[in-house]
Amino acid sequence: MGREGEKQAEVPETVAITKEAPHAEGASPKTPRPAAPPEQPGRLTSPLALTLLLLLLVLLQSPIRRALSAPVMQSWTTVFVAVVIQALPFLVLGVLLSAAIAVYVPPSFFARALPSRPALAVPVAGLAGAVLPGCECASVPVAGALVRRGVTPAAALAFLLSAPAVNPIVLTATAVAFPRDPEMVVARFVASLLVACAMGWLWQRVGRTDWMRPPAHAHHEGQSKGAAFWDAVRHDVMHAGGFLVVGAMAAATLKAVAPESWLRTAADNPVVAVLALAVLAVVLSICSEADAFVAASLTQFSLTARLAFLVVGPMIDLKLFAMQAGTFGRGFALRFAPMTFVLAVASAVLTGAVLL
Amino acid sequence: MNRQSQAAVLFLLGAALLHAGTTDLYLRYVKSGLRPLLLASGAILIVTALATALYERRRARQEQEGDGHTHPEPRISWLLVLPLLALILVAPPALGSYSATRTGTALQEPLAYPALPATGPLRLSLVDYAGRAVYDHGRTLAGREVQVTGFVALDHGGTPYLIRMALNCCAADAQPVKVALTGHIPPVLQPDTWLTVTGTYTPRRVADPVNDGPIPFLEVTSAKPVPAPRDPYDESWNN
Repeated sequence: MGREGEKQAEVPETVAITKEAPHAEGASPKTPRPAAPPEQPGRLTSPLALTLLLLLLVLLQSPIRRALSAPVMQSWTTVFVAVVIQALPFLVLGVLLSAAIAVYVPPSFFARALPSRPALAVPVAGLAGAVLPGCECASVPVAGALVRRGVTPAAALAFLLSAPAVNPIVLTATAVAFPRDPEMVVARFVASLLVACAMGWLWQRVGRTDWMRPPAHAHHEGQSKGAAFWDAVRHDVMHAGGFLVVGAMAAATLKAVAPESWLRTAADNPVVAVLALAVLAVVLSICSEADAFVAASLTQFSLTARLAFLVVGPMIDLKLFAMQAGTFGRGFALRFAPMTFVLAVASAVLTGAVLL
Repeated sequence: MNRQSQAAVLFLLGAALLHAGTTDLYLRYVKSGLRPLLLASGAILIVTALATALYERRRARQEQEGDGHTHPEPRISWLLVLPLLALILVAPPALGSYSATRTGTALQEPLAYPALPATGPLRLSLVDYAGRAVYDHGRTLAGREVQVTGFVALDHGGTPYLIRMALNCCAADAQPVKVALTGHIPPVLQPDTWLTVTGTYTPRRVADPVNDGPIPFLEVTSAKPVPAPRDPYDESWNN
């Protein structure tokens, strides 16, 4: 009862926030723009839709709360909120750094820094991924930019695969999530780098340029650096944040609904365990800055299976597939993704056998 | 979603993080050490929202005609409204008896058993009691009066447990540590109520039906309801 009263007390404050902000933000740009582009009358613009949505949800809050008061739903909501809250600071940190690098470091720098021999450029680019902090959502556009600036595609792809997995933020998050298994951090680094280099060399051997559609337009032209920086931050938070919510929902569903016996059954067989977590990583599409915490919670599984989760997740998952298809073309993604999956699982098993 | 709406969502998200970080709300979901990061990222989100609104305004003023330059963000961004509402409107409680009874006890062997005060009732954390009872066979507990705090959960057979969820990072990895109750158990036990139980060590033990983990017993002499602690999770494993 006491908790109920506390929630009620919070409501007026909430209403004030949700009602005011969209109006203020939505209305202000229209006033100084009398000669605005002809707006189709009666069209649902997104500020209006957002205001209506928030208003509706505030009005419907007691039915919503009642629906969420069942223990399953409560536990689902708690885990959902927990995953989002826990991952958001890491996401924001990564996005800030990646925007700074994307805006203030000229892409020509990367082209100059790489060796001209592709076979050498691949491992160098793979290692260079370690200094670009960010999650996989950030590395896809950066890899696209590298290709556009004349970096050999094999090296750009090695970078694309390694950057989200081996950078300091992700490795720190892994160390924090596995306080009792520090060798997990080393294993993740080694296995991910292995896959990235293998894929780069493989592309150099058998890859064909016509599989890859080069990305068309440059993003930050005609903008001041500050504008480009904040634009990149906004864009990345909104994108990666949206996908993060999807991942959090899937993780919460798994945690709250799936009977522990399922996972136990899968965890009992070592081969099934690795495959199950690899597939789970693809389906969950969790940001690489947060996936270590989810892996840490899958305590029934062997460390090798959880390593597979951590190696596969940042390299290929549903949202990455969509982003790669968008940046490099569908023909590329259809060939690249399955190959990455197979190599990532193999590398995780190999590294797990040696290190864990 | 156009940029004005994005600025609004970013602002609200930042405000929600600040709200959670400045109150004890965040302790229901994440470990206490995450607080500075939460506050910083909340502030950054608000700055991003303001910068977006500012640049959007400037851009709108410069552009005479809309040349179709605005490319809308994918629909996925709308999902960011969900955690916002879940956090501000619903504010779900910390994980309780539902998750605890579905998950096996996660008791780990303690690294050491620090000396306890020689006299008076022993106030122990539930995890500490369980560790000493199971792995030290109650050597430091025998003949002493102990006090532990946790919430109540009943399993399918109606056996009462006193439970504390242990946390590494966020509620997604929270796992229960369970102590079974015996002796003078209060006649009516409501799941999820917090109790401070006074009792004595008993060597009796049972295997958790979920994962066969060890659950020690506590011989209850008295129990009194207490308000939920500020941090509902046990974070001793973080150190």
